[in-house]
Amino acid sequence: MTAFTSTPPGSLDDPEVAAEYLRLVGDGDEYGAIEVVNGLLDAGVPAPRIMLDLIAPTQGRVGELWAANEWSIAREHAATAISERALAAVSARSAARPTRGRVTVACVDGEWHALPVRILGEMLRLDGWRVDFLGASVPGPHLVTHLHQTGPDAVALSCMIATRLPRAHAAITACRSAGVPVIAGGRGFGPDGRWAHRLGADAWAAGAQEAVVRLARDWPPVVGDPYGNGFLGDDEYTYVARHRGDLVHGAMARLVAEYPPVAAYDQRRLDSTLEDLGHVVDFLAAALYVGDPEVFTDFAAWTAAVLEARGVPATALVAGLRLVRDQLRDFPAATATLDAGLTRIAG
Amino acid sequence: MTAQLPLQGDRHASGPSLAPPALLRAVLDASAEAIVVCAAADDTVVLVNAAAAELVPALAPGSRATLAPGAETFTDVVAGRQVHGRRRPLDEDHYAWYLRDCTEELLRAEQSRAERARTEFLAEAGRRLSASLHRRRCLRTTVELAVSHLADAAVVVLPADRRQSEWVRLVTGGRVEEGTLREQVLAEVPSLEDALAGFPPIPSRWLDASQVPGWLLPGDFGPVGALLVTPLPGNAEPAGALILARRGAGATFAPDDEMLARIFAARAGAAISAAALYREQVDTTAILQADLLPPQLPRPDGVELAGSYQAARDALRIGGDFFDVFETAPAGGFGGPTTTAGQAGGFGGPTTTAGQAGGPEAGPGGETVIALGDVCGKGPEAAVLTGKIRQTLRALSLVERDPAVMVRVLNRALLSAGRQHRFVTLVVGTITRAEHGRVRIDLATGGHPVPLVLRADGTVEAAPIRGTLVGVVPEISVHPGTVELAPGELCLLYSDGLTEARGGPSGQEQYGEARLHDALASCRGMPVDAAVERIRQLVSDWVHGGVRDDIAMLAVRAPARTKLSLMDTGPAGSPFAIDARRGERRNRAR
Repeated sequence: MTAFTSTPPGSLDDPEVAAEYLRLVGDGDEYGAIEVVNGLLDAGVPAPRIMLDLIAPTQGRVGELWAANEWSIAREHAATAISERALAAVSARSAARPTRGRVTVACVDGEWHALPVRILGEMLRLDGWRVDFLGASVPGPHLVTHLHQTGPDAVALSCMIATRLPRAHAAITACRSAGVPVIAGGRGFGPDGRWAHRLGADAWAAGAQEAVVRLARDWPPVVGDPYGNGFLGDDEYTYVARHRGDLVHGAMARLVAEYPPVAAYDQRRLDSTLEDLGHVVDFLAAALYVGDPEVFTDFAAWTAAVLEARGVPATALVAGLRLVRDQLRDFPAATATLDAGLTRIAG
Repeated sequence: MTAQLPLQGDRHASGPSLAPPALLRAVLDASAEAIVVCAAADDTVVLVNAAAAELVPALAPGSRATLAPGAETFTDVVAGRQVHGRRRPLDEDHYAWYLRDCTEELLRAEQSRAERARTEFLAEAGRRLSASLHRRRCLRTTVELAVSHLADAAVVVLPADRRQSEWVRLVTGGRVEEGTLREQVLAEVPSLEDALAGFPPIPSRWLDASQVPGWLLPGDFGPVGALLVTPLPGNAEPAGALILARRGAGATFAPDDEMLARIFAARAGAAISAAALYREQVDTTAILQADLLPPQLPRPDGVELAGSYQAARDALRIGGDFFDVFETAPAGGFGGPTTTAGQAGGFGGPTTTAGQAGGPEAGPGGETVIALGDVCGKGPEAAVLTGKIRQTLRALSLVERDPAVMVRVLNRALLSAGRQHRFVTLVVGTITRAEHGRVRIDLATGGHPVPLVLRADGTVEAAPIRGTLVGVVPEISVHPGTVELAPGELCLLYSDGLTEARGGPSGQEQYGEARLHDALASCRGMPVDAAVERIRQLVSDWVHGGVRDDIAMLAVRAPARTKLSLMDTGPAGSPFAIDARRGERRNRAR
């Protein structure tokens, strides 16, 4: 890499730049990472390209490396922190005069992936919006208070994990009740943002670039009846959501009966097993809420891949799904959803 | 011709049961439905019953029926009435028009439609106006609604403030515009000053639309046909005035329109003045909050700091937990704390503040004092006491560097303040930079959860300090201690909201110290802000939504040496490798 550092990077088309930047964030080298982006800016690379073609894809790669068990959780978090600083460095060097309206950018309550929305906020700022960035996991009441105080023209709401969809629905409804239209984003809203529309969002964007384009034309729309979509949860959703604890503990008790070594688990392993079962129930509830088993099957497939990378056989996940299903015999949609998940893992 | 009419035909031809023509004629004349019988060959009218003669006097036997030739039905204005007709063949040579006067019916339907439109408009107005507490949004919504239902152009003018009046305007098909006007020109709009003074609106027909000044509407609006100026009722004085204009010479505002505009203006005025009240309250609160919210953290040399404050579900975000950082000038220079407290960035969500690059830095030899505590109780009273404690500590940090002394003095100060039943637990620490990138923290606690230390090997230990809570008894026991952090090691100060957060699968289990130890251990190798963010995230996942108590965290970390073996940037064995490389790289970049 000596050759590289002696000739500062000048182009994003050079794959070495991305590789070097990934190495730097992975090593927690703040100064090195900032120097790469500064070098690109010096070479005339536009700020949006650095954000969209370097920082964002690197973050995606970081997630993949964690999922593949190549990076530890600590390294993933450290890399994210470095990328946020690199982004701040790009931002500090690119001024923009506000010529459009005002946008509030926030993550749904419980959603912690803040970097993608931070990039969105910067992109919107460069496009002439006045941006209020509220950060990760913004509770609904805080969001609405902010809306009343600042009166923005849009709320850009991010949800990366589908289990937050019911809370996203509450947030979208609250924003629209306050008269502010919502543009939703993040893969939590599903392929093509299909669940964003079901939850009443006024618009959906696949990424930061799309969101900038969408907000630049005929915005804001008139906000219709905020309760137009109603409460989506049916009996089955309500049961699963209310009995989350019972279902998790029920599955745990059955697991001990079926697989005696679990009884000898220490608190830490018990906690992580309970947490995993909790995820199963949460994704099931979200699938029931939006009425689409794909929420659950995607989760099952992803989890199986993550576990496989860590040498955990799929049988553990299969057992978890079965144990939850066995407690939901009277709930056809829940049972069908869990079965679809089991089929997906097997396939 | 007439001989062919069935009514006037051979009375004997059809037998004795046939009613006499005079009787049939009487029957037809008694019908409320108008009937006109015509010859099919040339549309000549051959019979008109009494109702038809009254409805359409022009139709007399022998005249030509010019009603909708060829059509089966029609609805048209005939002789000044709305008439609905349907045509029925009678025999091969004749057909009849059955006519109905539907003038009243249509009028009623029209009135009902208008009434429904008004109701829908007011319902929509109520919903959209009540949605926001933001004044500018309310103003925009007002002109949008007005243009959608009431007029071709709508302008809201606000009462003058310092001789300037704000206005918001929308013309059909255009975009909302905003601006300000000098107070003197307001008089140029007929009746605007009266409306802004709160007088009832003057009927539109009394206003001379031609007197509208050119600046009120865009140049391409064209001549104003009708003008309506309505006050927007407010709390004590009007919230503003709504000016409506319709285009074209013949335009008017009917009495119904004026009434609708008044009802609408009442709702808009209420929304705008509620938003104004809310804004006053927010402004006041913001001033109070400025000193109570967690500070923007400084970025002292050789130390990483990160704090996080998460208020319980409270829109004002001030509670009993607090943390603060004071930087003192080097001994001898009695310049006061070089800085710190300021307003935390943004409102809304929970805040994580981290040392900002370019922030104030303590000079060599300067010390950094950190404090994190929890005042008994919640809400504004707790917040006010929090503010006092932070101020006391700030002053103390100027004259005293021993945290144990600071805790004792604070105890005496609180007791002498005479407030009963108010106590506080807190940890105070003084940070000094030691050799080889190490960081030393002298710590003292007043009954607060003991800080945790994350070692380089991933073990987590409690700081060796204890003490009793502050503000209850005159003499407290304080056993201070010192923690030394090697590069990459971290010390976490936290409030009990963290370990007592209830959640887990049952929703009732406390997060607990064991889990916090594990969580902290998992942060090994992370920069300080990433570590604090991760713990916040783990606890948030644990409680599964809504945190019910305040949670404050403040973490101090000795910056890690860069993993040089991974970096592959050549030999640099010094613990100050980062700074050395920083300068080198900067030079190269120029």
